[in-house]
Amino acid sequence: MRPFTYQRAATPAEAAAAARTSGARFIAGGTNLLDLMKQQVETPSHLVDVNHLGLDRIEPTSEGGLRIGALVRNTDLAADQRVRRDYGVLSRALLAGASSQLRNKATTGGNLLQRTRCPYFYDTSMPCNKRKPGSGCAAIGGFSRNLAIMGVSEACIATHPSDMAVAMRTLDAVVETIDPAGATRSIPIAEFHRLPGNTPQLETNLKVGELITAVVLPKPLGGKHLYRKVRDRSSYAFANVSVAAVVADGIQRLAFGGLAHQPWRVERAERETRPEAIAEAVLAGARTTKQNAYKLRLTQRTLTSVLQEARA
Amino acid sequence: MTDYHFDTPAGPNPIDQQKIIGHPHDRIDGPRKVSGQAPYAQDYRDGISNIAYGFIVGAGIATGRIDRIDTREAEAAPGVLLVMTHLNAPKQGPHQHDLAPQLTGPEIHFYDEAVALVIADTFEQARDAAKLVRISYTPKKGRFDLAQERLNAVKPDEDEPDTSTGDFAQGFAAAPVQLDVTYTTPDQSHMMMEPHATIAKWEGDRLTLWTSNQMVHWAIRDVAGTLMIPEENVRVLSAFVGGGFGAKLWIQSDAVLAALGARAAGRPVKLALARPQIMNNATHRPATIQRIRIGTDPQGRILAIGHEVWSGNQPGRKIENAAQQTRLLYAGKDRMTSHRLAVMDLPVGNSMRAPGEAVGLLALEAAMDELAEKLNMDPVELRIINDVQFDPEKGPSRPFSTRKLVECLRHGAREFGWSKRNPKPGQVRDGNWLVGMGVGSAIRNNLSKNSGARVTLRPHGSVLIETQMTDIGTGSYTILAQTAAEMLGLPMDRVEVRLGDSRFPESAGSGGSWGANSSTAGVFAACEQLRQQIAQKAGFGGAELTFRGGQVHAQGRSVSLASLAGKNGIAADGTIVFGDLEKRYAQASFGAHFCEVGVDRYTGETRIRRLLSVAAAGRILNPKTARNQCLGGMTMGVGAALMEECVVDTRFGYFVNHDLAEYHVPVHADIPDLEVIFLEELDDKSSPMKAKGVGELGICGVGAAVANAIYNATGVRVRDYPLTMDKLLERLA
Repeated sequence: MRPFTYQRAATPAEAAAAARTSGARFIAGGTNLLDLMKQQVETPSHLVDVNHLGLDRIEPTSEGGLRIGALVRNTDLAADQRVRRDYGVLSRALLAGASSQLRNKATTGGNLLQRTRCPYFYDTSMPCNKRKPGSGCAAIGGFSRNLAIMGVSEACIATHPSDMAVAMRTLDAVVETIDPAGATRSIPIAEFHRLPGNTPQLETNLKVGELITAVVLPKPLGGKHLYRKVRDRSSYAFANVSVAAVVADGIQRLAFGGLAHQPWRVERAERETRPEAIAEAVLAGARTTKQNAYKLRLTQRTLTSVLQEARA
Repeated sequence: MTDYHFDTPAGPNPIDQQKIIGHPHDRIDGPRKVSGQAPYAQDYRDGISNIAYGFIVGAGIATGRIDRIDTREAEAAPGVLLVMTHLNAPKQGPHQHDLAPQLTGPEIHFYDEAVALVIADTFEQARDAAKLVRISYTPKKGRFDLAQERLNAVKPDEDEPDTSTGDFAQGFAAAPVQLDVTYTTPDQSHMMMEPHATIAKWEGDRLTLWTSNQMVHWAIRDVAGTLMIPEENVRVLSAFVGGGFGAKLWIQSDAVLAALGARAAGRPVKLALARPQIMNNATHRPATIQRIRIGTDPQGRILAIGHEVWSGNQPGRKIENAAQQTRLLYAGKDRMTSHRLAVMDLPVGNSMRAPGEAVGLLALEAAMDELAEKLNMDPVELRIINDVQFDPEKGPSRPFSTRKLVECLRHGAREFGWSKRNPKPGQVRDGNWLVGMGVGSAIRNNLSKNSGARVTLRPHGSVLIETQMTDIGTGSYTILAQTAAEMLGLPMDRVEVRLGDSRFPESAGSGGSWGANSSTAGVFAACEQLRQQIAQKAGFGGAELTFRGGQVHAQGRSVSLASLAGKNGIAADGTIVFGDLEKRYAQASFGAHFCEVGVDRYTGETRIRRLLSVAAAGRILNPKTARNQCLGGMTMGVGAALMEECVVDTRFGYFVNHDLAEYHVPVHADIPDLEVIFLEELDDKSSPMKAKGVGELGICGVGAAVANAIYNATGVRVRDYPLTMDKLLERLA
């Protein structure tokens, strides 16, 4: 861990202003950032503590939805009665992630911003375009069994590891932010995470110093909410593939985890009925390695299983 | 020190009373552990002041050499006391075991091998400065792929890599039913909770190491040999060990570098391997390729059995002895086993829980399942008809001391409801789960090692046991106390146990499942000695003695131990010295595992539904701690079957998934319902305790039972462990 300066911000505006330099990072739960700092994968020069900004409430919106403060812990969000009742897919996705200890610390904003778990990203002896732009990608041609098959590039095949974000993608959540100049904006979750392209080090469309203040859920869709996470052990493992599904009258929303550098959703596929047809549309353009090609079949079969349950 | 020679079968002795031994006593060290009072290697503070912290810089390549190593920036970093590299490291003794000595030259032998040591005032400063050591390398092409290196494997220079009885080639060729299958097992990591960790402190030319180690006297030998100092100048303390599984049988880089760093810095040094360093810097269980051929008559009686094993390791290192159980487990006239070793440039391979059997049985016991299907036989019956009560390589002249494999199989089958198993695979459904049952036999060689202890009857009549023996989470403290309490007729709370200090009598240590039987026999020997001294002091001469309620009774007279202890107490040293009973009798513990799995019919995810182990391992000294050992072994066996694998990147030559997030071991949710049953057994050839090893038996054969259950559930046979979903998925309907 490199030496760094630390500042506890009192307001969102103050936090964003304090983070305007490129060496600054916000710290909330620290469940990912601290690990990365110990490995010197992240070497911030300045930490802005955002734990005391009062962004820890879940409130109804005038549109009939919910505004989730960026500092709401994953445990609290998953347990919230309104979330459990109206946004079951989100509650289920949260509980499928990490461990209870981690969920107690991890925050809503931090969950969206967690870094990939690609093992080469974590090992500073290895090339990684995400960690060190231009150094190459060790994962391509390497241990890629759990890496991305959709939206990949020559520079990076990392996945985004979040379960929560996959559920939020089905809900059309909106991310609210404030920037160092004090300007606020709303970013639809579909536009929040980027594909790697030639700049895998840029994972979101946030600007330098821009702080997530809340995630807004539109009014409830009703219907059945499922989150199915397929993994190599029963808990504390990242998804090989996950499927978030909201199925109601005339509504079929499906998003996928473990496939891409962002929660993967292909709206056009949701018009199809047969699982095979949906999967074909979702997986169009897939680029697999020998090790992760199984995800094609796994995605289709998991989807079949989920839809069977959702439509039952 | 008085030797107690054990070279004839044990007769009746006070242990047979089983008033305290054989009872499920709670761990006597439990309260200290759960309240944080049990000191592990890095927890010691008393007498250690002005401590500095070490951090190891690991090689960023697997093979090649260091061209240039620039430590200036690191040395100038805040708090840094020194940076040691091969350029300034002191000369060390010749190669010992595993990873000693350290920083010997510019050549890199494996990824994350120590190339520099940073010592600083704080841990954070040391870790930060470690990243400031600038190194340039010239990498060399390495040998990282066992499937390829298998072609270059040779007969190793070890005791007995090959065995042959009868004529295997002919016997197999002539057998009416033949099975010829090849299995692979991956490299595996111990992943004990406590990392390799040491505090080193010098006083003049005397070194004290608080280190997490299973074998105190080996540590002394290897530290002294490496540092080129007399053994008597080294003291090792390892009173509590947070898991070892073989990883801590020999000293690792933490002990050597902490000692070198402390000497150079002139301050005590605390050093632990960071979790991501352990898998590559320290040892692992090597991967294997195993070919098994079994020929039988139409009724399933084995005529010929052959097991060939290929593994790789660093030059001069050991094989993975995966065919050893095949020499003993089943009958058959024509037999062969062989081990071939390839020189590879992956990290050092060495012992991990049940080295040999754990992975050998993954192959053999799955092959037996395949054979049963081929024969259209019940897999339990196939094993039973091939039982043999003597060493099948040596013949009836070398009988098993005890062997209850058949009883374990029959008892387990009954308890588990094996008769409900549908022999046709892929038939049983529970919702989306494909459900199947599998069985696997368990065998683990019973090893014994000479072991000593000092037992002191203290004033007021309490007893103190001191021995180098370690407790690596196994329950040593408790069973040693039970032994002395039984021998001396005292309640448990009158016995204190101190372990893991090299100043105490040398012991068996913890490894190879020899710890419990050998070290309690050592305490038995010391107690025998103490009983004689007490009798003498009480004036009982050679009379028959009874120790009960803090008193010794003989010749119609009772004397209290407290009164005999006097002001100075009475101390007795004793060592159990094992003779050749191990040679004359094949000695092993046996068991049978029964497993029920569910496999998700869509995703291929496997989840354990039930797992039962029946074990016969001589006298069970403490059913609670022994059960705990079995549960741990079973859990580890489930891991080996379903998820554990050090993934080799064959381009860079290292284990990629080198932390606990990416190297999967089972979590609680993976282990729903485990049951352990011990069959009654006394083995009078094993020791006066009549016990045998149980610490590794639990892992032996479990993984195959899981694999066989997966086959029964799905009809898909995968021969490459671990059996992850991607391997099943292709062939699931």
